[in-house]
Amino acid sequence: MTEQMQSEQGQAVVDSAKADKTIIHVEAMNKWYGSFHVLKNLNLDVAQGERIVICGPSGSGKSTFIRCINRLEEHQQGKIVVDGVELTDDVRQIDSVRREVGMVFQHFNLFPHMTVLENCCVAPIWVRKTPRKEAEATAMEYLKRVKIPEQANKYPGQLSGGQQQRVAIARALCMKPKIMLFDEPTSALDPEMIKEVLDTMVELASSGMTMLCVTHEMGFAKTVADRVIFMDGGEIVESAPPHEFFDNPREPRTQQFLKQILHH
Amino acid sequence: MSESMAPPKRAFAPIRWMRENLFNTWYNVLLTVVVVYMIGTSVGPLLNWLFLDATFTGADPKDCIGDGACWLFINQRLNFFMYGFYPDAQQWRVDIMFLLLAVAFVPQFIERFPARRWLGIFGMTGLPIIGYILIPGGWFGLEEVQSHKWGGLMLTLILAYVGIIGSLPLGVILALGRRSEMPIIRGFCVIFIEVWRAVPLITVLFMASVMLPLFLPEGMNFEKLLRALIGITLWQSAYMAEVIRGGLQAIPRGQYEAASALGLGYWRKMRLIILPQALTLVIPGIVNTFIGLFMDTTLVLIIGLFDILGTVQSTITDPSWQNVATEGYVFVAFCFWVFCFGMSRYSQNLERKLDTGHKT
Ligand SMILES: Nc1ncnc2c1ncn2[C@@H]1O[C@H](COP(=O)(O)OP(=O)(O)O)[C@@H](O)[C@H]1O
Ligand SMILES: [Mg+2]
Repeated sequence: MTEQMQSEQGQAVVDSAKADKTIIHVEAMNKWYGSFHVLKNLNLDVAQGERIVICGPSGSGKSTFIRCINRLEEHQQGKIVVDGVELTDDVRQIDSVRREVGMVFQHFNLFPHMTVLENCCVAPIWVRKTPRKEAEATAMEYLKRVKIPEQANKYPGQLSGGQQQRVAIARALCMKPKIMLFDEPTSALDPEMIKEVLDTMVELASSGMTMLCVTHEMGFAKTVADRVIFMDGGEIVESAPPHEFFDNPREPRTQQFLKQILHH
Repeated sequence: MSESMAPPKRAFAPIRWMRENLFNTWYNVLLTVVVVYMIGTSVGPLLNWLFLDATFTGADPKDCIGDGACWLFINQRLNFFMYGFYPDAQQWRVDIMFLLLAVAFVPQFIERFPARRWLGIFGMTGLPIIGYILIPGGWFGLEEVQSHKWGGLMLTLILAYVGIIGSLPLGVILALGRRSEMPIIRGFCVIFIEVWRAVPLITVLFMASVMLPLFLPEGMNFEKLLRALIGITLWQSAYMAEVIRGGLQAIPRGQYEAASALGLGYWRKMRLIILPQALTLVIPGIVNTFIGLFMDTTLVLIIGLFDILGTVQSTITDPSWQNVATEGYVFVAFCFWVFCFGMSRYSQNLERKLDTGHKT
């Protein structure tokens, strides 16, 4: 079992090197909910260390798309390769992808029955088999990085929304992932808490983490993103570096979306 | 800018409280007077019967004179009510089990008791193993005591304990199975649960004691008590599964997703994230089911097992004692009340302790 895992990881290293540092490869991917065609022929290559912001109107399939990347949703056609491992029905492959991909949700989804520290340690201990002491030390390090080490022994229910979201980021980071997915991490927050979460994300971006963020924080997209992707009706309509995307959008749908969102 | 102030004090003034709550309107005055009168006229005689006029000690039935309860009856037959027909010389084995039961579970009520958790774990793992060795005997030089000799409170506790300890894990597995994505597993669990839940326990017991032997191959005729235990446990686990499924359904999808996204596999996700929350949510339902089971164990009377109710009932008809039925039933009720009230209190403690201030 361990041998298999090691060889798999070895395989992953070889593959990603071959693919010239492409860490996520999505090719001709389609997904349906019943008969509803929610994702249409998506293609995307993400290089290691790249920071991508995905935006688009509500219901355009942004969440569904990034949830396919760690197989919280299953795609029916096409190919998704993450860190050299293709996502198929094979549970071991799914698990090995999930170990390397952290995710932050709109509604935090912290485990309410565990303290902040336990939230951060549970996956390293049970998935990575890190000794408890070491896992706790790592967790404290990341809690410091998101600036809430003093809350380590509180329960999530005792924290503000912004604090909870920063714990959620720390929890994902404790697994030392290669990729971080963010699904509208600030949309459920009160306005005064958005900044503390965005600051954490900016800091994370500067550390070289590969990031895919679904967000409508255009300021964040302008300063941090390498590429902005606009989705509408289940398609990738436009994909461009931020200055091009905001100053010179090519597609009329993008122009209209930007007009609406920047007027607020 | 206003200064922050201390909350207004709520002084406790009994007279004012009574005036505001008991004597504030003419009908409340009337109600209060009537209720106080009723309490006054019933509590006194009850106390007299229970304690003041009661006979506690003596040598034989004739010592029970006076108007009070004849507790001498309970006192004299206590051995039978505790152990049934378990031989006197071997009763120390049962006593050890009573003691271990108390050692394992009484500390659960004491917040700061050292090693409380380990005692609880012992109560659910080591205790049944020791019981399985000690009570039937027949090995390690222990004289064998066949199960038809077991009875009284001891039998009641065995039935309830095995039912509780067995049905909880079975119920968890059935509840998980019923929510499984694999059709065969789900189908099996649905059928199992719906079949057992649709049958009254009394029928299950009858089938276990009368019908099951007809289906079993020749020579595989295991004891009546064991059959009753299996029947009770399976029947109870179907109920337990539905209670637990209610808890599982109340856990938001985000919890499953967050656990999966962290790379936790199915069993770890369930054990570490989902079940602790789901079980906490349904503690009242679980304990309610336990209490129901505790009461239902009395039904074994109909297949000829003598639990505490059975032993008392068979004794109160003894002609040498006169009119001791009330005493007998009060005693049985009291025994049941002690255990069921204990479980209820324990569940309330647990709920308070597990509340982490999260409301969804
Ligand atoms: N589990 C589901 N079953 C059926 N339809 C769904 C499901 N989840 C999402 N959808 C639909 O898929 C579309 C895309 O949803 P989503 O990816 O959440 O959009 P976004 O995140 O861009 O707002 C929406 O029209 C939504 O109603
Ligand atoms: Mg969404």
